[in-house]
Amino acid sequence: MVKEIYLDNAATTPISKEVLADMNDKLKNVYGNASTLYQLGRNSKRILDRSRHIIAQSINADDNEIVFTSGGTESDNTAIMQTALARKKLGNHIITTSIEHEAVLKPLKYLENHGFRVTYLPVDSKGNISLSDFKKALDDDTILVTIMTGNNEVGSRMPIHEIGEILKNHQAWFHTDAVQAYGLLDIDVKKDHIDMLSTSAHKLNGPKMVGFLYRRNGINYPSFIKGGDQESKRRAGTENVPGISGFATAVKNLPSTEKKHRQDVYYQYKKEIIDGLKKNQIDFEINGELNRHNLQHVFNIWIKGISTYVMQANLDLAGIAVSGGSACTAGSIAPSHVLTAMYGTKSPRISQSIRISFGRYTTESDIQFLIKNIAKIVKQIKKRKQEEV
Amino acid sequence: MIYFDNSATTKINSGVLDTYNKVSQNIWGNPSSLHQFGSEAHNLLTQSRMQIAKLLNVSPGEILFTSGGTEGDNWAIKGTAMIKRKFGNHIITTSVEHAAVHNPVEQLKKLGFEITYLPVDKNGRVSVEDLKKAIRPTTILVSIMAVNNEIGTIEPVKAIGELLKKYPKITYHIDAIQGVAKGLENIIFNDRVDLVSFSGHKFHAPRGTGFNYKRDGKKIAPLMAGGGQERGLRSGTENLPGIAAMAKAFRLVMTNEDEKVRHQRQIKSEIFNHIKKFPNVIIFSKNDDTFAPHILCFAIKGVRGETVVHAFEKYGIYISTTSACSSRDQSVTSTLSSMHVDSSIAEDAVRISLDENNTIEEAKKFNQVFDQLYQQFSKLS
Repeated sequence: MVKEIYLDNAATTPISKEVLADMNDKLKNVYGNASTLYQLGRNSKRILDRSRHIIAQSINADDNEIVFTSGGTESDNTAIMQTALARKKLGNHIITTSIEHEAVLKPLKYLENHGFRVTYLPVDSKGNISLSDFKKALDDDTILVTIMTGNNEVGSRMPIHEIGEILKNHQAWFHTDAVQAYGLLDIDVKKDHIDMLSTSAHKLNGPKMVGFLYRRNGINYPSFIKGGDQESKRRAGTENVPGISGFATAVKNLPSTEKKHRQDVYYQYKKEIIDGLKKNQIDFEINGELNRHNLQHVFNIWIKGISTYVMQANLDLAGIAVSGGSACTAGSIAPSHVLTAMYGTKSPRISQSIRISFGRYTTESDIQFLIKNIAKIVKQIKKRKQEEV
Repeated sequence: MIYFDNSATTKINSGVLDTYNKVSQNIWGNPSSLHQFGSEAHNLLTQSRMQIAKLLNVSPGEILFTSGGTEGDNWAIKGTAMIKRKFGNHIITTSVEHAAVHNPVEQLKKLGFEITYLPVDKNGRVSVEDLKKAIRPTTILVSIMAVNNEIGTIEPVKAIGELLKKYPKITYHIDAIQGVAKGLENIIFNDRVDLVSFSGHKFHAPRGTGFNYKRDGKKIAPLMAGGGQERGLRSGTENLPGIAAMAKAFRLVMTNEDEKVRHQRQIKSEIFNHIKKFPNVIIFSKNDDTFAPHILCFAIKGVRGETVVHAFEKYGIYISTTSACSSRDQSVTSTLSSMHVDSSIAEDAVRISLDENNTIEEAKKFNQVFDQLYQQFSKLS
């Protein structure tokens, strides 16, 4: 039997048994519309409140600062589009980075076409931005800074805390896309002075089509999805109570200690891969860098001389799922904008790299299996090339 | 328990829940990923889309998945406004739309769009004549519901489609959220409609699911921009377990549709014919085919709707005060006020909303409880 090994957890994660069981309970038993007056509705409301509390605590927010959404894309779109709408009288400048997710870049592109000025901070070869670039970009017209907590392709972390400190005395609102980081890092929105923060449940073994947007009290903008008065008039639409409850269960299963544990385990996986590839004399380099600080669930490597597509397809045949970049650029094999920002359009890295991403169900033997297969594929291809010569 | 609040939300069907679970556990890859996990997911996504399209007799490319009805309506309206702004800034809708249409339209008004709200007659219905008069050279969008969620009026969406054939540049959107499997596909999918919004949890699918029909070639800007899923029109990782479950729920609800419609009409008649005998009862919905088979809105004069809802709840019967989405808000229902129903009576309105799983026995039980409660209320007043 062919083994199936899933190493694409940054794209999506399998739902956990506890989450699915919790959702089944709510789907079967608590189907009242949370906005109705009667008991069934009140039960829904209670679950909604409890879930909101669990989630608020996870980032040190107040309960009423959590707005449930349909996921990361909606959260990002809302924070960006609605801030622009609410604050265009105060200025037309927005700061972001060149390595954000498309759910941030696309709305910004739209705003750029409609009179806003957007600064894309460059990154170095490790995938880091510089604070002095950021300070230089900030001006009196800046109304929004949207910078991810951690990158989805190379795992580099942005200096969120420092940016929050700088913006304390500036009119600009600070939004961070924490879709990749939320399941691995302790985030404290108060300590980091974050005004808005986006997450998605399906990246941490929760259900798809659920997420939240943290919106600090005092940050006001018209709601993005308008209609009924759900979510205190901040996000219309019948509340997805089973999904939200499942999300809270997933979050409950990720206390601080568990997150730290995973960061450690995934870090070890990276080191094993490095050692294993070296032992097999594979010519490779890390995209970004190995350090204790970064998001450890994503590992991006350049396997010299072998195209992303070939490596990915061969690993797929061997039953191993990895990614050529981010899944969300919908099946495309266009070069990664993240690697391009780090290494330039001419670097062979942008067409010869794969992203390996670990999750809750990744095991030691998965890692060994991966190393073995990469080594096998590289040897086969090299051999074929030699024969052709 | 008797659940008569299916217009607010429906209970998930157990077979549908099975699908949700199976897909969650077995095919949980991201459909956009290129590996095997992704392609299995992608295949199922395609299958689901094809099934829904086939049941509606449209092409699969015309079905686009969303997070639900509110998003679907918001998208149709704002997405049209965004892309057509250069051609005009006038939007026509009705005074009785669901908040998911009304509020985005109001938001556009603040951004400089001009809005015409068509009035309704005493049955909550707009007139095609009024619409015709309202059309201007700058009109870019007509948005109208197929079935009113508060009293069940079927709007003349087919006749409007006929009229709009003369105005091919206007985008025509129908909110069909209350109109699924109610025998109305032929009037909703008339040959002029461009956009139709659907919500999964109104037909026994999980929440967080929905889809929009978009006629091939009709241009709309995305509401959710990002990774480019749904052919760039709706970004965000596809909720595959939800989508597959919704496709199944849709097939189940559409099976034997005529019979189900007849069945719901019978239940509605059973209650309608009973309560109409009481002098203090005012019924806003009609018991004929100009109204949806599943919605019955009435008032007991002098008794607040909330009181009636709670009184029935004590007997395990769940009904609602008009629309769930504004139930917690004390404001009077917008449909009834648009019909010029006196606000003192509108405050008394309650709504029964059925689905195919309700029974005549439940209607009979409801009627019995109704008799008791009516007597109690009479003593109080």
